[in-house]
Amino acid sequence: MNLLALIGRMVMSVFADVGRLSLFTKDAVLHTFLPPTYGRLILQQMMKIGYNSLPVVGLTAFFTGGALALQIYIGGSRFNAESLVSSIVALGITRELGPVIASLMVAGRVSAAIAAEIGTMRVTEQIDALTTLATNPFKYLVAPRLIAGVVTLPLLVVIADTIGIMGGYVVGTKSLGFNPASYIKNTVDFIELSDVFSGLAKSAVFGFIIALMGCYHGYYSQGGAQGVGRATTNAVVTASILILAANYVLTSLLFTE
Amino acid sequence: MSNDPHIVMRDVYKSFGSKTVLKGVNLEVERGKSLVVIGGSGSGKSVTLKCILGLLTPDSGSIKINGQEVVGLKGAKRDDLLSHMGMLFQGAALFDSLPVWENVAFGLLQRHHLERQKAREIAIEKLAEVGLGPEIAELSPSELSGGMQKRVGLARAIATDPDIIFFDEPTTGLDPIMGDVINDLIVTCVEHVGATAVSITHDMASARKIGDKIAMIYQGEIIWHGDAEDIDESGNPYVEQFIHGDADGPIQLETLTP
Repeated sequence: MNLLALIGRMVMSVFADVGRLSLFTKDAVLHTFLPPTYGRLILQQMMKIGYNSLPVVGLTAFFTGGALALQIYIGGSRFNAESLVSSIVALGITRELGPVIASLMVAGRVSAAIAAEIGTMRVTEQIDALTTLATNPFKYLVAPRLIAGVVTLPLLVVIADTIGIMGGYVVGTKSLGFNPASYIKNTVDFIELSDVFSGLAKSAVFGFIIALMGCYHGYYSQGGAQGVGRATTNAVVTASILILAANYVLTSLLFTE
Repeated sequence: MSNDPHIVMRDVYKSFGSKTVLKGVNLEVERGKSLVVIGGSGSGKSVTLKCILGLLTPDSGSIKINGQEVVGLKGAKRDDLLSHMGMLFQGAALFDSLPVWENVAFGLLQRHHLERQKAREIAIEKLAEVGLGPEIAELSPSELSGGMQKRVGLARAIATDPDIIFFDEPTTGLDPIMGDVINDLIVTCVEHVGATAVSITHDMASARKIGDKIAMIYQGEIIWHGDAEDIDESGNPYVEQFIHGDADGPIQLETLTP
């Protein structure tokens, strides 16, 4: 009997969370398109989400590109396909690893920061203060972060793609003995614009997810410092899971013939 | 100016889950007067204030401000109403990401769309009204003491010359001297602005100083309402126990038994 009650409560709780997230997303998107728009806040958020994430995204992309080159070389040597290293590094980075790795790194950094900031504002009544000052928290706090996330992630992924391919190039030419000129030529010849643009489209969705999860968990945090800590963890976990799930869905939509 | 009450609450109920916090609150606040709502922790003071401000929506009942029903008011109409109100929060609730002057001028910048230079000048005037110099204008709120943060919060509450100002536990967390300074500032600022004031507190010294009228809330109901100078002769055992701070009396604290 107690077990049934427990299951019932869990199911109810899941439905309540889904409903609350759906309403939050609706309000967030609505207020993103309705005036007023806070240009200064959007730029501030773009700096926080984009510029400040450059080191972590750049380093991750470089090492991922390098490791990918090594793996393809070792794996490809089993059936004399070592020459495909440059092409597969370019394809793997632009289509998949660039957007996903960059987004996961940004999710860890930015979702947590957004949830902590908005969560602290919630528990210290700063969000109530915004409301009493006739300022809609969705417009002032959520919309600038959503816009910054959607705009900035594709820009970060362009940089991640470039540095990732460069990582493969450095390992390929310095460690695996590829000719630099032919490595670059193979990369340029093989890669198509659609490969890059599909990755950028995915990253815009991932940027939305990162900002939304940070805002959502921060906005509904309660219970003081412990609640803010919980919101931060939940933001990172849900953002990461949703990014990977969305990646599968988008990949199947974009690349299935 | 109309003699109608500025704020009227009628049979306001509010529950959270199975817990009913407000059980039919009835309250009137006269225009230009200062009402202080006293009561113990968990008695429903903050919920009453949040219902008037629209931060919480009552389950039933009516709240009228200037004769206009405000329960369920949303969007531009709610924003318009709020732009004529000021609020001093218990912990000041200053925005960490903004310097002091932008905190004070927030309503002027966001709602009244003043130019930044003009808004800054007004913010510094308001800071002077609460006894703070222009040198703190560029500081971050985190660099201020608790008392100074309360003063900045007060400056923000009066910055737009509101019609109604709310004070949530204005002296909580302050030493007695700073508490008295804040009380004096509240009295002066409310008189200067000519606003109606609603405060909630459990600090009787503060209530006596800033209130023209006092109402006591107990278990979600207003159990006494009268002039501040009459509170010592209320004849209500709950009020008498509360103002004397006696452990013995009709008010029993909820304690955990082992």
